Amino acid sequence: MKARQKRLVFVGLAVLGVTAAAAMALSALQSNISYFFSPSQVIANEHPADAVFRVGGLVVANTLSRQPDGLTVHFNVTDNAATVPISYTGILPDLFGENQGVVARGRMGGDGVFYAEEVLAKHDESYMPPEVAATLQTAHAEGITGPTEQATAALRAATESLVTGGGVGGGVGR
Amino acid sequence: MNIKVNWFKYSAPSAFYPLAGRLIPWLTAAAALLVLIALYWGFFLTPERLGGTNPQKEYYRIIFIHVPAAWMSMWLYLVLAGWSAVGLVFNTRLSFMMARAVAPTGAVFTFIALWTGAFWGRPSWGTFWDWDPRLTSELILFFLYIGYIALHSAIDDTRRADRAAALLAIVGLVLVPVIFWSINCPDPNQCAALHQRSSLGRIEGNILFAMLAMTLGFWLYSFATAFARLRGIILTREADTAWVSELLGTGGAR
Repeated sequence: MKARQKRLVFVGLAVLGVTAAAAMALSALQSNISYFFSPSQVIANEHPADAVFRVGGLVVANTLSRQPDGLTVHFNVTDNAATVPISYTGILPDLFGENQGVVARGRMGGDGVFYAEEVLAKHDESYMPPEVAATLQTAHAEGITGPTEQATAALRAATESLVTGGGVGGGVGR
Repeated sequence: MNIKVNWFKYSAPSAFYPLAGRLIPWLTAAAALLVLIALYWGFFLTPERLGGTNPQKEYYRIIFIHVPAAWMSMWLYLVLAGWSAVGLVFNTRLSFMMARAVAPTGAVFTFIALWTGAFWGRPSWGTFWDWDPRLTSELILFFLYIGYIALHSAIDDTRRADRAAALLAIVGLVLVPVIFWSINCPDPNQCAALHQRSSLGRIEGNILFAMLAMTLGFWLYSFATAFARLRGIILTREADTAWVSELLGTGGAR
């Protein structure tokens, strides 16, 4: 029995240590991981100079223009605080459009234009047919914090606890 | 809990072997039924187009395989680590066997989640793969499953293999919250990712039903395959015992 208690303590400590490591990793991720930079960060020169990085934001309406060569497009990307002009030559993803979230990978040109090598479209987690979405008015700009975002987050948290409390096994993994 | 009492009763491999055998056909049938219902519901009773800020056309239906598989990949890892911890603490043979039996199913679901995610990412995002936090951490989870299985098979002595692999499984637990919060952190600006966040509350009812039915189907399938694998493991490890000889009718032959 004594040996078993020792092992229990050992495994408990291991789990505790792993949890602490996870917590530290998560807090490190939150402050350090920059999958993409927001236009505000780019304007504030927080991005790496002379290196490839990603810019993420919303395509500003009425800024999308196709150049005469037929392949190059210019558009502006915003986080509702700052705007960065982007130039891209290539095929755009299906979901690309004005007011849609995009992530562009490339480098900053000396002229203040971001020359993208790759443009990816983001889509949000709402899976609603048009009529339902229209009634609920849930459409919101992805990745932008505001009063609506906080309200939906609160609503989301409430519904989630309701749904996951339903005892479906996958709830933990979600 | 009642279940706990049952597990103690069936914690002897010789007692669990026939029980698993009796459960497998029922679990398989229920899993197949649920998967068929979910596929039918997902393909025929859900909206054709998505609206709002998510203008995906028919291809959002990959969600019915992708999300349940991703959920199972994380859940089965918790199961794997849980049985590993129980085995380490109580030195119970069946717990280690259960952990070993669950691992391949978890690896398969992780692979399915990554694979279907690639097929979903190509039409919607515009790329099969990107080093996004969610995608990267899920890939590491796949390597972790493979690592667990590989470490277990690399050590000849079963008891040492059990304990070493169990430790790896517990250390790997660090990854599960990272995967979960890589897209679900409280402030959306802090976890900038390509992968969308997850929110069951913003999914249309029919889509959600098909997704949850599929998850339950996958879960029962996991039980069925893990039990089938477990029976094989029990027979191999207990090959020298009287009850196995009796069962196989070999009359005590080694």
